[in-house]
Amino acid sequence: MYKYDQYDQAMVDARVEEFRDQTRRRIAGHMNDDQFKPLRLKNGLYLQLHAYMLRVAIPYGTFNAVQMRKLAHIARTYDRGYGHFTTRQNIQYNWIKLEQAPDILAELATVEMHAIQTSGESIRNVSADQYAGAAADEIIDPRPWAETIRQMTNFMPEFSYLPRKFKIAVIASKVDRAALRWHDFALRIVRNEAGEIGFEVYAGGGMGRTPFIAHKIRDFLPTTQIFSYLQAVLRVWNRNARRDNIHKQRMKILVHELGQEEFSRQVEEAFTHFLSLGQDFPQAEYDRIAAYFTPPPFEQGLSEDLDLSDPAFAAWVRLQTVAHQAPGYAIANISLKPVGGIPGDISADQMDRVADLAERFSFGEIRATHAQNLVLPHVRKIDLPALWQELRAVGLADANLDLVTDIIACPGLDYCSLANARSIPVAQKIAERFADLERQEDIGELKIKISGCINACGHHHAGNIGILGVDKKGTENYQLLLGGSGDEETSQAKITGPGFDEDGVVNALERAVDHYRAVRQPGERFIDTYRRVGMDGFKEAIYV
Amino acid sequence: MKVLTGNDLKTGAVTWWDGVQWSLHVEDAVDVGDHADAIMAREQAAQRVNGPYAIDAEKTADGVRPAHIKDRIRALGPTVRPDLTLKPADPEIGNWVI
Repeated sequence: MYKYDQYDQAMVDARVEEFRDQTRRRIAGHMNDDQFKPLRLKNGLYLQLHAYMLRVAIPYGTFNAVQMRKLAHIARTYDRGYGHFTTRQNIQYNWIKLEQAPDILAELATVEMHAIQTSGESIRNVSADQYAGAAADEIIDPRPWAETIRQMTNFMPEFSYLPRKFKIAVIASKVDRAALRWHDFALRIVRNEAGEIGFEVYAGGGMGRTPFIAHKIRDFLPTTQIFSYLQAVLRVWNRNARRDNIHKQRMKILVHELGQEEFSRQVEEAFTHFLSLGQDFPQAEYDRIAAYFTPPPFEQGLSEDLDLSDPAFAAWVRLQTVAHQAPGYAIANISLKPVGGIPGDISADQMDRVADLAERFSFGEIRATHAQNLVLPHVRKIDLPALWQELRAVGLADANLDLVTDIIACPGLDYCSLANARSIPVAQKIAERFADLERQEDIGELKIKISGCINACGHHHAGNIGILGVDKKGTENYQLLLGGSGDEETSQAKITGPGFDEDGVVNALERAVDHYRAVRQPGERFIDTYRRVGMDGFKEAIYV
Repeated sequence: MKVLTGNDLKTGAVTWWDGVQWSLHVEDAVDVGDHADAIMAREQAAQRVNGPYAIDAEKTADGVRPAHIKDRIRALGPTVRPDLTLKPADPEIGNWVI
């Protein structure tokens, strides 16, 4: 993975000291909160329902055992013994004290981590396929490009005061594991007929109160022109964005209002200009970055055989492991969705244990997924039994990847100052209702995503079943949505009808699942059945 | 009744105006009547509170209960982590929120 050079380290260290001074002046009363708020947000520090919340960047979801141990240390020393993995492959802490925030940032800097651009009107953490560098189906490892984009966009003045936040994703496979088309700007690495590597470019996606699926605006962009192209996109947005209305400032609104054709025309015009400036970096610079992502020294001639006589282990292998590009290896997913638990939460002790296991079994590498789980990307198949036993010992061996209990949920009204309703208790009740693994496997792939407000941090628009919490005259109310997807056949979920209370929405969801089981055809996932039969039958089942 | 709530500047902890200072406990909150704006302006200027605002609440047998669920959760802590609430020993405390 990428290693900081002296410039990276100097920039991050300087930023820590700058924020330490800003914090000191705020506490001393030399700044009021209106003045301080944009400064703390630039360093990932929010004020939430109960305390300050710090969001730490995990670029493209890749980190290592040393960094995980530091995250555990921060959870234990400065927070309340746990952290929460988010839907942007980041981690956040819920109980931060302002006076300690600079010390935390200083600790993060010692392991090449920071919280820069995890908030505010900036280019946020670039996300990527969590299996990058390990997936059997990728063309190349997309992370060098994600890192290149990170370096291009961090601290750049033109990108520091954008109309709103801007989210980028990069993948390199046909299968989309990163919800590509729900991003403002997204790249899929492809190979053209001449065998050259380039980007298929998408723009104008996003969730929130006005969801849009990104349009493809280019079939093939030569990789070394990415800086000019991204500048062109941001220039067109910066020039035309509705800065008078916060709800219309995201680029998705501009793409929608201009139309894909006109937006693309303006981008191509600006692109021609930027290309003429000759600012794109040379191939050698990309090669320098790519060298950090050289695959680890995989062993040759490993056995592919596994003793699956233990049904619990067999289920874990079946559900939590994925094909690896190296023979004899597997990608092992670690569920952070125990039944009755809080999606994405992990204790400091568990973090330490995952760090140990990463070092023992996965070359020290860990990945965070946008579905709020973790991944050990490079595990020898012969080590899977030992890994499973170790995970079981710390409560991390649940087998439910992409099943009905693998629920994405935002922190909701339990933690978030923007939320209108709680998300976590709904996720817990659904998980408890469907806890039986045999039933879960019979239902098959079913992605449930829950948001506690229209900002959609829980990705409800992309849920096969989405749940949106709203405030109905001071009480929590939940709308049920069906038909969303974040995969390569991206679709936006539609509201079924009137909302429910907390127990009511769990019951309604179960009726939707039962209807799917009644009408599905062999081999169909929930989303396939929904797309085939449409909303009407589900509505009849839900609103009996 | 009208009560004032905000966050402690240094820690971010939720606080309630008890008539003299800012308390961590909602049951200490007092009715500020028509004086909310004046108290908030004074306390904010003195850096004793961050982002104060006035809310409706009612006085019950169990103490002050904010009218809106968001403020009840602020007063208690996350309902999904009873071990982290201000009254972790009370297994029924979560019911107070709903």
